[in-house]
Amino acid sequence: MAETICRALRDGALEGEHAPALTIKDTLSIPFGFHAFTHFLCNLSSNILSAKSQSQCLVLVTFSKSPSFYYDLLKSKGIDVQMTKNWLRILDCYSDPLGWKDGGSVDLVPNEIEKICKNVRDLDKLLSSILELGKGVVGQGKSRFSVAVDSVSGMLRHASVSSVANLISNLRSHGQISCVFWLIHSDLHEGRATAVLEYMSSVVASLEPIVAIGEKGSSENIFSLEQNSGKGKFNVRIKRRNGRVKAMSEEFHVERSGIKFMVISSGNGVVNKTLVPKVQFNLQLSDKELADRENVVLPFEHQGNGKDVEIYDGRRSLSVGQYDLGTPVMTTEKLHTKTDQGKGEIHYLRDSDDEHPDSDEDPDDDLDI
Amino acid sequence: MNHSSNLLDEALGFNRESSQASITPGRIVLIEDCVETSGAFVLHHLLKRALSPPLSSGVVLFVALANPFSHYDRILRKQGCNLATLRENGRFLFFDMLKLDCPDGIEGVVELFHKIQKTVKVCSSPEYNRSDITIMIDDISLMEVATHGSSNYVLDLLHYCHTLTSEIGCSLVLLSHSDIYSSMTAPSLMLQIEHLTDVVIKTDPLATGLATDVHGQLTVLNKEIVDEHGTLKNRIHNFHFKVKENSVEYFYPGSCN
Repeated sequence: MAETICRALRDGALEGEHAPALTIKDTLSIPFGFHAFTHFLCNLSSNILSAKSQSQCLVLVTFSKSPSFYYDLLKSKGIDVQMTKNWLRILDCYSDPLGWKDGGSVDLVPNEIEKICKNVRDLDKLLSSILELGKGVVGQGKSRFSVAVDSVSGMLRHASVSSVANLISNLRSHGQISCVFWLIHSDLHEGRATAVLEYMSSVVASLEPIVAIGEKGSSENIFSLEQNSGKGKFNVRIKRRNGRVKAMSEEFHVERSGIKFMVISSGNGVVNKTLVPKVQFNLQLSDKELADRENVVLPFEHQGNGKDVEIYDGRRSLSVGQYDLGTPVMTTEKLHTKTDQGKGEIHYLRDSDDEHPDSDEDPDDDLDI
Repeated sequence: MNHSSNLLDEALGFNRESSQASITPGRIVLIEDCVETSGAFVLHHLLKRALSPPLSSGVVLFVALANPFSHYDRILRKQGCNLATLRENGRFLFFDMLKLDCPDGIEGVVELFHKIQKTVKVCSSPEYNRSDITIMIDDISLMEVATHGSSNYVLDLLHYCHTLTSEIGCSLVLLSHSDIYSSMTAPSLMLQIEHLTDVVIKTDPLATGLATDVHGQLTVLNKEIVDEHGTLKNRIHNFHFKVKENSVEYFYPGSCN
């Protein structure tokens, strides 16, 4: 699924449709949303660099980390940082979101890639800055660029839900935007704020703990973190254009090198084993027994080996009738003879040949009731 | 001076081998206490670790909203740390904010940040070249009081302090109370802070009630520690403590002498 998301972000928008949008949401009890965010960010970045993606530039809006953090991150993923000016723009809403830092401090002078936003409350300005940065790279034509917001939670702290929704909706419907994705800490906001953003996204990826945690206070949750440390469930809901919704689930592990996604390990097997009551009888099969059982050829199975399909229908079949003559009393039907010793066989022994199998005769006929 | 490490130091990852005496630069620590069990002693402990030579040559920038200088001076002196001298040497920078009041808006908070920023810049300038700067705030809830209940201003200030941690590599230690927020109104402030922090230290009374030998329990959560398999983990340490006259004893449940 993580793959699917990467592809969706890479392929971008269709002409005349809204750009695909991805919400990544996490909570304090499973605070790895940022790792998922950087995973998709790095993936899209390398796609842009190798010109595989629809978008030619990425505008990153940072609320929770400094631009230098992202340079280090990209560098650690082997993405060429020297070339960033060709494809990356950062709108820095982290370093000075409210314009408190003034007086011409030297380290705040923006370079070609970064632009500092000094009033994050003004989302109209923010929108025009994002578009300006993107167009600065791809030009005014039909080329598209992507937008990533590292924490909508940061944005929601300074602006109302409706204005944030407006910003995102404007981004999605803009003709030059290829895709939009963002991270939100859903426990910091009312349910409606998260729901609004989910309505506007074509894919919602939510990180959930494997061990369910009761809805208690904040600190209760944070200390149950250890159980879920490093791994969790990655639930994805994809909305198709025709309204079809597809929900899928994956497992993730967070390592030093980043987040890894994998198919949910069949934890059921483990559960089954522990759920089987401890009894004297052998209720389970060993691996060998399982393999043998797999190999048994059932009488009704089509073998696909060119021979006629012989299905025992309760009457003597033709082939049986032929060598039936030699054994008048007892018939051994060998439906399938296998030279291979490993394969199973079914031998059918009929009790007596006198009695017609499945005759219409009432078996209780002789009972004197 | 006794530098032998105790359970709290171990939980925070301080040890003598790695010559790490104080909080890792850039990390943010939250001490969360409650009425029954004050967490002030943890703050004092971290203050002492950050200032005590020879392990550390750090600078502490102390934003005090709860107590005057003499209070901290008395406590730390008993633990063998002379704040008055350190203050004269420019290693303990005490911001007396007892009278902080920002009734009409954000000016007071911005002013406070400018003060902090200026001090941090001076300390990290080539002239002084102190890399080991810790900002301590005692405590967050009083700051909320000073801003007349506007938790957004407090969060703004914390965000700006956060930018200092990433720009200059300061660490940040915050004390706050967990039981003053009703579940409905503003768990959001604590949640926001918990999202920001790397280490949470929580003090609780004993679940089984009062005891003479055990004063409470500590839970230390370290977020995103890399374990031996290279997996990121959250590690939790849990132990009991007893606050003594001039030290604190830490021990595992049941192993109190």
